[in-house]
Amino acid sequence: MQRIGVFVCHCGSNIAATVDVKKVVEMAAREPSVVHAEDYPYMCSEAGQAKIAQAVAEKGLTGIVVCSCSPRMHEATFRKAAERAGINPFMVEIANIREHCSWIHKNIEEGTEKAIILARAAIAKVNLNAPLFPGESRVTKRALVIGGGIAGIQSALDIADAGYEVDIVEKTPSIGGRMAQLDKTFPTLDCSACILTPKMVEAAAHEKIRIYTYSEVEKISGFVGDFTVDIRKKARSIDATKCTGCGVCQEKCHSKKSLSEFNRGLGTRSAIYTPFAQAIPNVPVIDREACIKFKTGKCGVCAKVCAAGAIDYEQKDEIITEKYGAIVVATGFDTIKLDKYDEYAYNQSKDVITSLELERVMNAAGPTKGHLERLSDGKHPEHIVFVQCVGSRCSDERGKPYCSKICCMYTAKHAMLIRDKYPDVKVTVFYIDVRTPGKNFDEFYRRAVEEYGVNYIKGQVGKVAPQPDGSLLVQASDLLDNKQIKLKADMVVLATAIEPDPSVRPLATMLTASIDTNNFLTEAHPKLRPVESPTAGIFLSGVCQGPKDIPETVAQAGAAAVKAIGLLAKDKLTTNPCTAKADELLCNGCSTCANVCPYGAISYETKLINDHGIREDRRVAVVNNALCQGCGACTVACPSGAMDLQGFSNRQIIAEVDAICR
Amino acid sequence: MQEQLINRAKELLADGTVVRVLGWRRGDMDYNPEVAYFNSADELNDFVYNGFCGANLSKYMIEASKLEGRTLVFLKPCDTYSFNQLLTEHRVDRDKAYIIGVGCRGKLDIEKIKAQGITGITGITGTPDAVKVSTIYGDFDIACKDIRLERCHVCKGKEHRVYDELIGESADTRDADRMAGVEAIEAMSPEEKFAFFRAELSKCIRCNACRNVCPACSCRKCVFDSTKFDSAQKANTTSFEEKMFHIIRAFHVAGRCTDCGECSRVCPQGIPLHLFNRKFIKDINELYGDYQAGESADQRAPLVSYTFEDAEPGIVSERGSK
Repeated sequence: MQRIGVFVCHCGSNIAATVDVKKVVEMAAREPSVVHAEDYPYMCSEAGQAKIAQAVAEKGLTGIVVCSCSPRMHEATFRKAAERAGINPFMVEIANIREHCSWIHKNIEEGTEKAIILARAAIAKVNLNAPLFPGESRVTKRALVIGGGIAGIQSALDIADAGYEVDIVEKTPSIGGRMAQLDKTFPTLDCSACILTPKMVEAAAHEKIRIYTYSEVEKISGFVGDFTVDIRKKARSIDATKCTGCGVCQEKCHSKKSLSEFNRGLGTRSAIYTPFAQAIPNVPVIDREACIKFKTGKCGVCAKVCAAGAIDYEQKDEIITEKYGAIVVATGFDTIKLDKYDEYAYNQSKDVITSLELERVMNAAGPTKGHLERLSDGKHPEHIVFVQCVGSRCSDERGKPYCSKICCMYTAKHAMLIRDKYPDVKVTVFYIDVRTPGKNFDEFYRRAVEEYGVNYIKGQVGKVAPQPDGSLLVQASDLLDNKQIKLKADMVVLATAIEPDPSVRPLATMLTASIDTNNFLTEAHPKLRPVESPTAGIFLSGVCQGPKDIPETVAQAGAAAVKAIGLLAKDKLTTNPCTAKADELLCNGCSTCANVCPYGAISYETKLINDHGIREDRRVAVVNNALCQGCGACTVACPSGAMDLQGFSNRQIIAEVDAICR
Repeated sequence: MQEQLINRAKELLADGTVVRVLGWRRGDMDYNPEVAYFNSADELNDFVYNGFCGANLSKYMIEASKLEGRTLVFLKPCDTYSFNQLLTEHRVDRDKAYIIGVGCRGKLDIEKIKAQGITGITGITGTPDAVKVSTIYGDFDIACKDIRLERCHVCKGKEHRVYDELIGESADTRDADRMAGVEAIEAMSPEEKFAFFRAELSKCIRCNACRNVCPACSCRKCVFDSTKFDSAQKANTTSFEEKMFHIIRAFHVAGRCTDCGECSRVCPQGIPLHLFNRKFIKDINELYGDYQAGESADQRAPLVSYTFEDAEPGIVSERGSK
């Protein structure tokens, strides 16, 4: 029989305004095993915690229920208070009467009734609680960074500078990511490559950093401090140890018609290629889909011209298995597909382009060598129309409900750069709102309007119609003048919404990291743990967590690195004692639990079992407590109910449900 | 074929390949043979194999696997799926079984004979295609295709999935759409569904025959028998408890049920229990691709393996909203 103390927190008026705490105390005191019940304005305060210690000493409590805020806030506080008072910390249960109750109710009677029910459920559970004792697990002192864009590079550099080994896995042939594709960066207008490439070089030269490009994470097992990851190093068809990066193979390649991914499909590249001049590593890959040698067996010219003998047509994918203590996800973004936006004529006219494509057009290494020209006929444009929020802040399923955050600023940047370089070009921007929070951001936008004479029109474009003379007719509404307008333009640039890179979805599954409805990785707490995934040991860097610009990305990358360093600095981690346990008398030995266990924590042993006098050898499940993470997958998969989770046993959960339904 | 089976069983007993035989013994009537062990050649004289030997012997191999020596077991094509599933779950020992895959041309349902108004049955004899039913009122000839068990109309095929040797010819007796019954219920409104199941399940007398015969219901300790769970067998407090029993049972065998049809065959109240299991099978096929439990012993069931192609959790609410 337990001796349970119930402590009801007012949380100032957070709880007490909507829940009659005195009534909760009165009702809780009538529950079985409850020997003490009281309320206090702030249970989390030192004085509140002292109440717990005092009651333990005076009433000999064996279990504690705190009716307060979410256990994610103060469960650790009260567990530590209990431990100091001499009670096993796992004898503490929290009834969440704030987030689950007072904050969502307006009526005090309803709120009080629910608070009493929640308290009753927690008391019912504590009645069945048993002391639990955590163990320890080791920490592998190496981090994995998934994604080699600016976010991944920055996280890797910061972790490596702290003295820990880091591996970067990048799926394309070079690190650099989206930032490498940008021409200039706002609000300072410095050259993107000029500030990115030093970081790339630093990462490549860092003795603690290993870079796996043209590689993908294929399998992840394990848990915080002890992940095991399979990395598929795709066959480059080049021996990187021999290649000197001279580039002759690319010049001589007979297959030059593949669309360049780096130039967003606006230009072509050879079948053997490095994506861009400053690529790291400066080792090409052979695109086997495009290569004549791979398609027909003939050609082989690259092997003939390679003085280093680095071409290896027989090269195969390689699987590298490595252990990591922490994983930083930095998978970045892509722009959404515009197939569903026929009204902008993106698929009909070469002169309708996305902003990211305009970056390539403006760039000296781009398809037009940096000359602003129409992609259809190479003519100099007289009028360019920018359309904001293409797929962002969209209320239907064609686009995304969120603001992509970077478009207002880069559109102002594009408009300003064009006006600066080509003062004869007229620039019109259609916008819903101009959003420029950020240091020196609004000043930047004001400059575009005031100094560079960019014509901003509040309103959305309804249709872009290619005309027989090659121009584009833009139909739009001007909301401030309240009229429909038609403009003739030579180019239309779409500020296309960004979305998480599609690779994040399977990756999130492998990591058991949660993602939201827009496929952004979810943070452990939106305010207080913004760079950590709810899955321990997984940290979030860059746009994979939500839209952000370069300064924010770099800041978050650093923050994620610090969190990872904090983890790697530990030698041991305390393990969760809420692990699974098999009842040997009920176990069928059917292996269902082992099949579903994501941690490989369940094995089987043949044991002599004495089942009420029947002695026989049986195949039974055995849980390795060091590996079990208490996810509970086995407990629901077990057909006989033999598998149970300590601290969350089936009986405890049913007792809670019964208490609620009583 | 019966004589062939008896002779082969006697040989295998005599040469020491097996120490016992698991088969069917003559019952008190021609239409109710019972499952039995035969330990000697003499005992085998009572062995029968006829159209009424529907009983699936796979589950009995769980206990037989614990006995000394090898057991000869006769499995019809559809029974071999159950045996494979039990192998997957480590419940039977392949080395303890000598499997004779026995030919099957569909098994018969005595209730369908009685439903034709035939009473006072004294004996049934027959050929593969027709039976002669002798009654105190005279003899009746009935075509087998009219009195087959429900499961034989959706026969899984004439192939044995696991065996040591084969005796006798099998035939694929499928002549109906396996999922037609499930689809009919799916087309009902929620109220109609509830009324349908209430009407069917209220017939349940909790005899536990369905559970006891089910090869998937092979837990050492059933949750309905264990005091560890509140679901342990007890007097009903509401009429809903029978429904819970069958719903829980259907969930417990989901993904493992081979659709052997034994539950419906043995139900004394004629409840079409296989419809529950078949609904799960249909859903699994639709969400994860076609899957037949027990087709082989080394396949992994979709419900206990995870792939990137798995249905997203939201599928539940999407399907529920239809």
